[in-house]
Amino acid sequence: MSTRLATGGRLLKKSQAVEFTFNGKTMRGYAGDTLASALLANDQMLVGRSFKYHRPRGIVAAGPEEPNALVNLGDEASFEPNQRVTTTELFEGLTATSQNHWPSLEFDVGAINKHLSRFLPAGFYYKMFMYPRSFWKHVYEPIIRQSAGLGKAPKTKDGDTYEHFYAFCDVLVIGGGVAGLEAALSAGRSGARVILIEQTAEWGGRTPVDGGIIDEADAQSFVDRAVAELSAMENVTLRTRTMGAGVYDHGYVLGYERVTDHQPGVAGPRHRLWRIRAGHIITATGAIERPLSFAGNDIPGVMLAAAMRDYVVNFGVSVGDRTVVVTNNDDAYLTAIALKHAGLDVPAILDARVLPQDSELMAQAKALGIRVLMGHAVSSVKGGKRVTGVVVCSQAGEGAVLEEIACDAVAMSGGWSPVVHLWSHCGGKLVWDEAHACFNPDPNNPPIGADGAGFVTAAGAASGMFQLDDVLNDAHAAADGVTRSLGFKTPKDAKAPKGARRDDAPMMPVWLMPQGASAKLREKAWLDYQNDVKVSDVRLAAQEGFVSVEHAKRYTTLGMATDQGKLSNINGLATLANAVNAPIPSVGTTTFRPPYHPISMAAIGGEARGAVFQPVRRTPLHDWHDANGAEWEPVGHWRRPYAYRRANETTHDAVMREVSNTREKMGLLDASTLGKIIVKGPDAGKFLDMMYTNMMSTLKPGKCRYGLMCSENGFLIDDGVVARIEEDTWLCHTTTGGAERIHGHMEEWLQTEWWDWNVYVANVTEQYAQVAVVGPNARKCLERLGGMDVSKETLGFMDWADGELGGFKVRVYRISFSGELSYEIAVDASHGRAFWDALLVAGHDLGVMPYGTESLHILRAEKGFIMIGDETDGTIIPQDLGLSWAISKKKDDYLGKRAQERSHMTDPNRWKLVGLETVDGSTLPDGAYAVGEGTNENGQRNVIGRVTSSYHSPNLGKGIAMGLVLNGPDRMGETLSFPGTDGKTYEARITDPVFYDKEGEKPNV
Amino acid sequence: MSEPVTALHNASYTSGIAEVFEVGPIGMITLRGDLNAKPLRKVAVAAAGVNVPDQRGILTEGARGMAWMSPDELLILCPYDEVHARLADLQSATAKLHALAVNMSDARAVFEIRGPHAREVLAKLAPVDLAPGRFAPGTIRRTRMAQVPAAFWMVDDVTFRIVCFRSVAQYMFDLLKIAAQPGSEVGAFK
Amino acid sequence: MLTIHCPNCGITAEETEFHAGGEAHLKRFGPGSSDAEFESYLFMRDNPKGVHFERWRHNNGCGKWFHVARDTTTLEVFGSYSAQTTEPPQDILDVITDRHPDWTQGRNA
Repeated sequence: MSTRLATGGRLLKKSQAVEFTFNGKTMRGYAGDTLASALLANDQMLVGRSFKYHRPRGIVAAGPEEPNALVNLGDEASFEPNQRVTTTELFEGLTATSQNHWPSLEFDVGAINKHLSRFLPAGFYYKMFMYPRSFWKHVYEPIIRQSAGLGKAPKTKDGDTYEHFYAFCDVLVIGGGVAGLEAALSAGRSGARVILIEQTAEWGGRTPVDGGIIDEADAQSFVDRAVAELSAMENVTLRTRTMGAGVYDHGYVLGYERVTDHQPGVAGPRHRLWRIRAGHIITATGAIERPLSFAGNDIPGVMLAAAMRDYVVNFGVSVGDRTVVVTNNDDAYLTAIALKHAGLDVPAILDARVLPQDSELMAQAKALGIRVLMGHAVSSVKGGKRVTGVVVCSQAGEGAVLEEIACDAVAMSGGWSPVVHLWSHCGGKLVWDEAHACFNPDPNNPPIGADGAGFVTAAGAASGMFQLDDVLNDAHAAADGVTRSLGFKTPKDAKAPKGARRDDAPMMPVWLMPQGASAKLREKAWLDYQNDVKVSDVRLAAQEGFVSVEHAKRYTTLGMATDQGKLSNINGLATLANAVNAPIPSVGTTTFRPPYHPISMAAIGGEARGAVFQPVRRTPLHDWHDANGAEWEPVGHWRRPYAYRRANETTHDAVMREVSNTREKMGLLDASTLGKIIVKGPDAGKFLDMMYTNMMSTLKPGKCRYGLMCSENGFLIDDGVVARIEEDTWLCHTTTGGAERIHGHMEEWLQTEWWDWNVYVANVTEQYAQVAVVGPNARKCLERLGGMDVSKETLGFMDWADGELGGFKVRVYRISFSGELSYEIAVDASHGRAFWDALLVAGHDLGVMPYGTESLHILRAEKGFIMIGDETDGTIIPQDLGLSWAISKKKDDYLGKRAQERSHMTDPNRWKLVGLETVDGSTLPDGAYAVGEGTNENGQRNVIGRVTSSYHSPNLGKGIAMGLVLNGPDRMGETLSFPGTDGKTYEARITDPVFYDKEGEKPNV
Repeated sequence: MSEPVTALHNASYTSGIAEVFEVGPIGMITLRGDLNAKPLRKVAVAAAGVNVPDQRGILTEGARGMAWMSPDELLILCPYDEVHARLADLQSATAKLHALAVNMSDARAVFEIRGPHAREVLAKLAPVDLAPGRFAPGTIRRTRMAQVPAAFWMVDDVTFRIVCFRSVAQYMFDLLKIAAQPGSEVGAFK
Repeated sequence: MLTIHCPNCGITAEETEFHAGGEAHLKRFGPGSSDAEFESYLFMRDNPKGVHFERWRHNNGCGKWFHVARDTTTLEVFGSYSAQTTEPPQDILDVITDRHPDWTQGRNA
């Protein structure tokens, strides 16, 4: 059984006991434990079921490479699935449950799949579930969904907060092992601004665990010294629990800091996403041990040799009493030695190699009385939910049984692979290291930065250094080179500390154990634990022609699980290479993509959730609307009142009431969102003549003109009323969504095409609250406020004037988007609310009533006024909308003019704007299509028009609509059929689009 | 005329790692023109009461000041109740120049962030190097804060002023409250 | 995510402060131009694998447009320069040819 030893555990605070639960069972650990070490200390070897075959699985690793041990963590507002027990720090009250099993971890129905595994090889799903097609949706998918998947999706809203942090440095060092520390020291001493981040809670990495000697003392004393010196440096920022998640263009790095994961309940954000810009990045990310591929290598109790060492040394946890070590290299001997020193039994080391003489570590192991079997291998592991023994064979053979050794744990090591992920994220290339059978960063092909030079340097084990002395020298030299290239000077006397060298025998690549393993053994030799991919699957992929590594990956799903194949990639590649008889480097690797290890979606979102998910723009009158029943309509980022609903009223009722009241008495509209752009300068008239299809240069000061704006390819992009303020100054109104866009459009042409024209523009949209006072009583209301003359004689239709009303400094435009007598009044935004209130008081017995955007729409539709975004969709030109009157014939040029001469634009068969009136008075469905004779090549009814706006008009007592219809203006009175999505067909007559006050007398009073 | 009202009625938040205040109203005039031309500089100095700042600079003296906004744009700061008079002066002084002066006082919201962690609060929202020595009083930075454009400068070593559009004042205030939430000290700036 | 330098305000900042505006140095064709000229102006764009001259706007900043010479494959940046010009300035061309001696100027630049 796995248990806590009486001694050992360099990271534990034994004075601090911690209680937690796993699947409801209370367990105990210590501060300093990971959830993995604490589970093992409580003999919880079985932690989950595999994805496809539901095989029992235990902890394999001790770091982020762990493929099996994923759990649901926390509950309700803190619930999170798929958390790695190896990267979860233990805290008081932690609750974890295992995943991917039903009904229980111990007894799982899905495990029946494992007996069917012969029938569920790679590609099974692709082949099996193709036919009959209808079965996918109704039979296959529901069943697969039931049985597949990892953790559960959270049901409760996340109760934590998250944030971003923008950081800048000259040198970012990723990885706080001895290489990272040395690199940071060297860079820090040069005066460069340095950030050093480490994904775990501890500095030092593997070296202190492995008993490395630095400057003739234990590694820990070097680590302590380095951290102390770095902490004292003003120019260095140190961060533990912060993982380098991804490296991106131009030195951009995401650092994922787990701020309060280990101490929930403490105030502050849970995760912080560091958005770092570094002059140069040093990846000191170490290396990851590879498993060996032998039958039964996934049975709980089989573990990476270094992970087992971590559990003994760091956490005082023994995984088993009797551990067989199986290896192809010297490093695993450290585990055997560490287990022995902890008083545990190591019945044998099975070493696949045959060596002429013993290395230093081999001699040490033998001196401790460990039986070392050279040229030996595991034929298979015995056991179900727990290892009970290993069957020993010759590595060179096909698995013939030599002996069986009873044991309860197996420590395996297939060699080490540098963590090249961060190097590779942004295009760094790799070279194959024959001696260590791994891919190393190729220093001649680094990722390229803005200046065309490499911006990432790998250091230490991450660059393929496996001797402590080499690691330290490499890290020191890397930082030295980097700071020098950035213009800093490293002190001359600074040297790397001296690491003790170890006389290791060469490792031997072993991609399958034994090398001639039979098909039966291969089917139990796992490559990718999380996605249940075996040696046999990769061979099958190759056999079926998926010989490209990217194809084989997708066919088998090798490396596609949440661990992204940290353990399986190289073994899988090698298996594929062997299957296609190619050298490993020619097969190549799959693409390394960020993040290195899963990060929370919430951290990516940062603060952008809830109220600040996206900006909401509020007018100066927002609070009044909110307090008076406004139902909000998003228009761009703005919120505008759709209608003001009263008690016992439907939204439709409210709209009808507002429309009628505006026509009969008086309405108020918050028009503050309409864009207002000042255009000024000697060339402003010329410029506006280019911007608008109309002639704006001839407008007289004091007058207003409705204008249309087109893009260079002729399409209508915005409209609004332009007022000439002074000889050289105009004010252009834009649509609500258009202010920033049109301001940008103007600036673009002024800055990039006509930069010699003397024009300045300014977007003054938000300087003003603007209120439309609309209806027969509008003038009376303004006269009550008192001040400027608003009579027809002084301020006629399409005039504007500055003045005072009710003591407010105002600018009044006599313009109308409703067809009523109407004044649009701009007042400084800081006085907007007071002005609105004054209008409500003055208009009280005149029937004043605010109206919303839906009423605005109906009022304008009754008048046949187009709305950008309804009648236009980016493919409509003014000529389509009967707006040729607003296109100046006198101008040589305006934006869009040339495009409007293109043959497609002048085609007489373009659909044109008309009014539509249902025969029975009902309301046409918005967007409905009119059908014509015959069908198109797809067998669909031909269409000859569509509805662009449709409303019920309370003033006319019937449905009115506008639409674009083939030859529409020539077909007045014709009836068209509009099939609705509700199954009904609507009949509507083509009419003039102006339904109300055709002569336009009402606004002109 | 009524009393001017800021977007958030001078809301504040003082229980976080930095104090957040909506300040104002503040007089703000955008002046566009040829910043290298002496007549325009003279007019600007007369209106602002301080010199024309260099590229990305801001000079203030009490409630008055001037900021460099772009190669052809200055921002003139003054007491809110003076802004119409200042604007009228500017417009008459620039009548013969090609220049544009507009009142932007009401178009904007202004916030003040105070405290030793003020730099960190801003660095959570703006992609700007805010380390001491990299950003200091005297500079105005136009950038984005989370999802909206904004500009800020330092009044002293622990105080920032932030200007954004009035319509997103609530968004900005909410952002700053989250970024200043208790327990969120980063400790990145030594 | 790129870092970009705005020559108008002197800021070097991350891409989120900027907005890309497509190919630089297009010549406008208006009324009176042939269909071919207009088509080329409105629709045809270089899409080189390599050196590209492009328009950017510092939209979350000083609001000004400028040009950037950039490599579309390596993402290396050769320099930023004024938008008020019809062709790339010599110092930018020098940087490009210095780093890529084989490079020849394309259609629009």
